[in-house]
Amino acid sequence: MTAHATSGRGGLADVPVLDVDGLLDDPETRIMVCCGAGGVGKTTTAAALGVRAAERGRRAVVLTIDPARRLAQSMGLTELDNTPRVVPGVGGEAGGELHAMMLDMKRTFDEIVEAHADEERARAILENPFYASLSAGFAGTQEYMAMEKLGQLRARDEWDLIIVDTPPSRSALDFLDAPKRLGSFLDGPFIRVLSGPAKAGGRAGMKFVHLGMAGLSMFTGALNKLLGAGLLRDVQTFVAAMDTMFGGFRTRADATYRLLQAPGTAFLVVAAPERDALREAAYFVERLAADQMPLAGLVLNRMHGSEVGLSAERALAAAENLEDGGIVDHVTGKGDLRGAGRSDVPRSDGAPPEDGSPEAHLTDPSPHAPDDSPTAHHHISSADHAGVPVSDPGDDNSDGAATTLLAAGLLRLHAERMRVLARELRTRDRFAALHPEVPVAEVAALPGDVHDLPGLRAIGARLADQPAGQAG
Amino acid sequence: MVTGKGGTGKTTVAAALALALADEGRRTLLVEVEGRQGIAQLFETQALPYEERKIAVAYGGGEVYALAIDAERALLDYLQMFYKLGSAGRALNKIGAIDFATTVAPGLRDVLLTGKACEAVRRRDRKGRRVYDAVVMDAPPTGRITRFLGVNDEVAGLAKIGPVHNQAQAVMRVLKSAETAVHLVTLLEEMPVQETVDGVAELRSAGLPVGSVVVNMTRPQLLDTAALDTAALDTAAGAAAGTGEVPVGTAEAAEAPLGAGGGARAGLAHALSRVGLGGDRPGGRADRLVEPLLRQGREYAERLALERAQRAEIDELGLPVYELGLLADGGDLAGLYALSADLRDQGVLK
Repeated sequence: MTAHATSGRGGLADVPVLDVDGLLDDPETRIMVCCGAGGVGKTTTAAALGVRAAERGRRAVVLTIDPARRLAQSMGLTELDNTPRVVPGVGGEAGGELHAMMLDMKRTFDEIVEAHADEERARAILENPFYASLSAGFAGTQEYMAMEKLGQLRARDEWDLIIVDTPPSRSALDFLDAPKRLGSFLDGPFIRVLSGPAKAGGRAGMKFVHLGMAGLSMFTGALNKLLGAGLLRDVQTFVAAMDTMFGGFRTRADATYRLLQAPGTAFLVVAAPERDALREAAYFVERLAADQMPLAGLVLNRMHGSEVGLSAERALAAAENLEDGGIVDHVTGKGDLRGAGRSDVPRSDGAPPEDGSPEAHLTDPSPHAPDDSPTAHHHISSADHAGVPVSDPGDDNSDGAATTLLAAGLLRLHAERMRVLARELRTRDRFAALHPEVPVAEVAALPGDVHDLPGLRAIGARLADQPAGQAG
Repeated sequence: MVTGKGGTGKTTVAAALALALADEGRRTLLVEVEGRQGIAQLFETQALPYEERKIAVAYGGGEVYALAIDAERALLDYLQMFYKLGSAGRALNKIGAIDFATTVAPGLRDVLLTGKACEAVRRRDRKGRRVYDAVVMDAPPTGRITRFLGVNDEVAGLAKIGPVHNQAQAVMRVLKSAETAVHLVTLLEEMPVQETVDGVAELRSAGLPVGSVVVNMTRPQLLDTAALDTAALDTAAGAAAGTGEVPVGTAEAAEAPLGAGGGARAGLAHALSRVGLGGDRPGGRADRLVEPLLRQGREYAERLALERAQRAEIDELGLPVYELGLLADGGDLAGLYALSADLRDQGVLK
């Protein structure tokens, strides 16, 4: 999917840009999988992609796993009923459509059983207490069922784009491994042994003979006490009832795995610009490559930007100056202590020729030269009791002090934002250095949570609008 | 017990708490149960084996030990302890029986993990003194914590008599005693706070002792409320005057009506100009800084209002609340020590 990438971005010349619209518009893209660590905005990203795809004319369905209540409501999902429902008011004008559903893993498991066993046998399975704990709690069942549901949606062929959110797992990779694990667990030697030593056969059976029946009965006895008497008996009846389906589990897991590898699938690794999230993202990228899964790119959520062309150091120096009484801190004085800011100040003072320092001097009624500024500084702050910032003497604005404070606050806020921004860029660049081949889409941070369609549209627009990404 | 929604930094808070509790020559054990090796990453050491080892020295000479509990190994220990399985245990492991037992019954895993932690809590040396002054667990996330801690109640109900029953009861006694406290880590964001509120309600109804809420990654307030109000005022005035739409530097911008907002804008441009950030005439460099600076201010005000609402929800829980500031460098070892000092200063040891 790197074909969608264009390259070139400020500061990261060689990092390709993820062209989200190109990906959404490509009829060859049939499945998009959003994966990544917990808390990075996977579900929101999946939902926003769904809304944007539909509004660009695609017939899309979003499969969410565990959405926040208000996000679910924004897509009209008020109940967990395991059926895709149309999201009203999305995509109509473009001829597209959006459906959304929340995964009910137990219901999905039940449906598999019902589809593959006759009525009587299905009932025996569904009523088995072991089945109840397996379908509700087996580590990996949720992942298995998410992939199972994906397979079902794909098989129905009602949608030309399926967008999947992955479960919030202990490990972000669980959804790749879980189907196999559940499959091999249900097909595994121990279950065979439990279901009757006669069936065990092979190497597992031989090990079992070595273990000795005393060991087994001790173990089953211990398990019975730990898990409650009768659980092992339930397992045995369950295994007997499921017998015909066992091969099926592994086959289905394999089919899902192949579906994920197919060219129409695009994986999006979602991350926030934080060390741990990006470390996990890097791990994920490597794992997808090892498994030959088609990676489309990295979505970097919650990036900060700024339209204020001012460095953190300069903003901070200016804020301190304002708080100290509004004296231009040119070359000497406190500027020396501020290190990095110092060299910056005189140089950028004259940056844009039309409004450089000469004008600044003109508009500042308190006369000063660079070399007398410490004196002036001292004079002002001794007149100003206990350092409470005041506007400069020539200012006839009665709100002067408040305005000065506000200006200082805004500058401090900006300095803080620039520091955040620098940290985020460093984190991003560390990832890019490790994986220069991965296209990146950055999404600017919003002040609050997203829980309505306009919010999702805004996220979608930010996903698509990448610097230098328009060439797609 | 330290829990929290994914991404709130519960491992970091658990580690900081273990360091704080190891103050003044005490010894603490920091326990990990999810197999993520988060503690090793935090302390910048190699992956932890299934054994207790010293991982840090606290202020005043205290020691922090760490243990990553492995459920499979814990089950073998457990069987060994109660049933003297010997080498049969290893054989069981080989054919996947242990894997089966710990994965098939989610509760069993939790029994083993809590059991191991409680064993460390109760362990005494030859002189009868507690080996650890405190045990801190980096516990499962908020969504699973009540089930995780309550699992021994279920087990005690299932196994009516015998060693397993006694063990489960002993674990529950420790967990429900005044010696235990569940601390919930949250951020000042909607979803983590909602999970915290739900988690506290669940823990309380299960009779488990809730300790405190730790609000993590807070940021210092950089603008005071009055200034924010002025910024808000300017938003309204600026929007009314349409200055947001007008390209700055054009004749229209220069002749923009000087209402309340316009006055504030001009005042700000003047202030910026005074500290050497360019000219304050309309279209000058200082003037052009004003609008984007105000926009950042408004975003900040919006987030601050959201944070206030979240803080109010946390306060309603009636629990002690501790606040930990966002670490500038994303959290290294020095930051961890700073956080532990911060917790101590806020009186977490009381």
